[in-house]
Amino acid sequence: MTGTQVLSSSIAQARKWGGVALLLGVGLGHGPAGWAQSLAPAQAPVQNWSFKGPLGHFDLAAVQRGYAVFAGVCASCHGLTQVHFSDLAGMGLTSEQIAALAEAWQVPDGLDAEGRLKHRKAQPDDALPEPYPNAQAARAANRGAVPPDLSRITQVYPGGPDRVFALLTGYGAPPSHQSGTGSAAGGGLVGGAHPAAVAGGEGGFANPYAIGHRTAMPPPLRDGAVVFTDGTQATAEQEARDVTTFLAWVSNPHADSKRRLGVGVALYLCFLATLLVILKRRIWSHVRK
Amino acid sequence: MEGSPSCKDQTGRRHEAAGVVAFVKDYMGFLLPADLNLLWTIGAMLVAVLGLMLLSGLTLALSYTPDASLAFGSVEALERRMPSGWLLRSLHMTGASFFMAALYLHVFRGLYYGSYRAPRRGLWLIGSALLVMVMVTAFAGYVLPWGQMSYWGADVAGKAVGAVPVIGSLLERVFLGGDAPGTPTLHRMFVLHFTLAFSIVGAVVLHVAVLHARGSSSPSGPQGETPARMLPFYPYFTIKDTLGVVVMALLFTMVMCFWPGLITEPANYRPANPLHTPADIEPEWYFLPFYGMLQAVPSKFGGLLVSAGAVVVLFCVPWLDRGPGWTGPKSGMRWLAWLAMSVLVASFVLAGLAGSHHVQGVWLLVGRLATVGYYAYFLGFLPFYAKLANWGERA
Repeated sequence: MTGTQVLSSSIAQARKWGGVALLLGVGLGHGPAGWAQSLAPAQAPVQNWSFKGPLGHFDLAAVQRGYAVFAGVCASCHGLTQVHFSDLAGMGLTSEQIAALAEAWQVPDGLDAEGRLKHRKAQPDDALPEPYPNAQAARAANRGAVPPDLSRITQVYPGGPDRVFALLTGYGAPPSHQSGTGSAAGGGLVGGAHPAAVAGGEGGFANPYAIGHRTAMPPPLRDGAVVFTDGTQATAEQEARDVTTFLAWVSNPHADSKRRLGVGVALYLCFLATLLVILKRRIWSHVRK
Repeated sequence: MEGSPSCKDQTGRRHEAAGVVAFVKDYMGFLLPADLNLLWTIGAMLVAVLGLMLLSGLTLALSYTPDASLAFGSVEALERRMPSGWLLRSLHMTGASFFMAALYLHVFRGLYYGSYRAPRRGLWLIGSALLVMVMVTAFAGYVLPWGQMSYWGADVAGKAVGAVPVIGSLLERVFLGGDAPGTPTLHRMFVLHFTLAFSIVGAVVLHVAVLHARGSSSPSGPQGETPARMLPFYPYFTIKDTLGVVVMALLFTMVMCFWPGLITEPANYRPANPLHTPADIEPEWYFLPFYGMLQAVPSKFGGLLVSAGAVVVLFCVPWLDRGPGWTGPKSGMRWLAWLAMSVLVASFVLAGLAGSHHVQGVWLLVGRLATVGYYAYFLGFLPFYAKLANWGERA
């Protein structure tokens, strides 16, 4: 329940900031033409995701790298409340790896004799811990905005994974009209090329893909924010791409199994239907039209 | 299956077996008009989907918790980590859409070919009752996951019930179990969903039994129902129905596995939040035509009457249709029936499109025209087409 409260209040917050953005955009004149006038989120460039389309499948290496980004960056403010550590086995991890991964997290473990909150290392059947004990704490820590829960984010966020990626990489950039290329809004901008445009402050952060073109989320990613164990270069754009893949997987973890099942069943049914058509024609061949 | 001769109580066994065998033989030998087209296989598809819904629904219910604070999480848990939970839930969700789609086709087929005429009025009435039961079951089922659309759907439905004069507020409280949707609402919907599902099975058995007593209609009218133009159910129609079911299963698989976005509402993956009203509250696609009609009328109660009336009018169809039908061989009315049916289907679809938009401006006009078009078929065309056709022949 808190998840949606969170999201709605952050949207309300974003709307409020929309007004501020308009003032800033017009007053200071650093918004590109057409950007400040329309406060509807810009159309996110279409990306070529591995999981896209009816026959796509998740690039599990990217999902695992994306988990590293989530754990290292996003998890400090965002929760994945519906996900248990054991669910992460679907990323292609063994149960030993899951146990090791869970141990890196602390989860609340009731109260001690003095009534203080105790913590322990997480176990595979624990849910991923929420970053804040409640919405009030989240709001207090984030200047009034509550970071949304990410369990189903690519499903419930209008624009889906394309917009998540665009939001993560689009700080301070005018809306990009390029499509199909991965380097649309570029990680370089996020890395701090335009610090003036990115500047936060009370009004939030300029981002054409946010509602009202302002978001309370500071630019989360920068080059080298995490170290990928598979040797992939951790540019901000690569991190955004991988974490979006991870979030898309978390939003719909069984999509691959479903598509695989679909291919088998559809082929079987086509074969069966062909046989039945032949049989039907034979049976009905005796009937005078 | 048949009684084995080695049994002690041979005579009794044989008698019982003979009963079953006789029933199966009778069922398989049931004569049907030879000219039944593909639209007549939809009944078999409906039975297949109903079976699927019962099986998947029963297994889903094993891990569902009807409590406002736990329902969403329990559905997430069953989808994320119950073995094959994702499959069961996809089957159930896709099944609901396919069931409603097939049911609408079944009803339109019955309307077009006049399947409601005597001696099948009872069959039509049971079918109409089944439609209502299925719609209520589908609605109750949609509330259960307790996402945003579940919650606000229940809220809108509660308010619609509350618009009934005099007893409205009482009905609303009985329906919601309080002032707003909550745990009592979930308990009600869960029980309703469950009990109605099995009542539907009973009504389907009755529907089929009456069909067997009265015989099937034919696309070419009473002429097609003469014994000379009939064929036994087995093997002619068993193979046809099986083929129909397999083709439907193929479509079902494609939608479920490759294009699930066609039948899922993303907003319902957000947990219910009583403090945040979504910008667009809209029901599942299969209720959109009625939702469009509900909004096309400025008065709340009027809208309720018009949209509920759109289903109730189906019960009156056998008595509204005064004509001899247009399915005869030399009937000059065929084009008229075809035109009227096209208007009806177009109105139904347009009302649905209006329901999926904010009903204002152009869409308000479309919604109103569609409502008029829908009712015109039942109240303007069915009672008078015979006279119209006579007049046409004389002229």
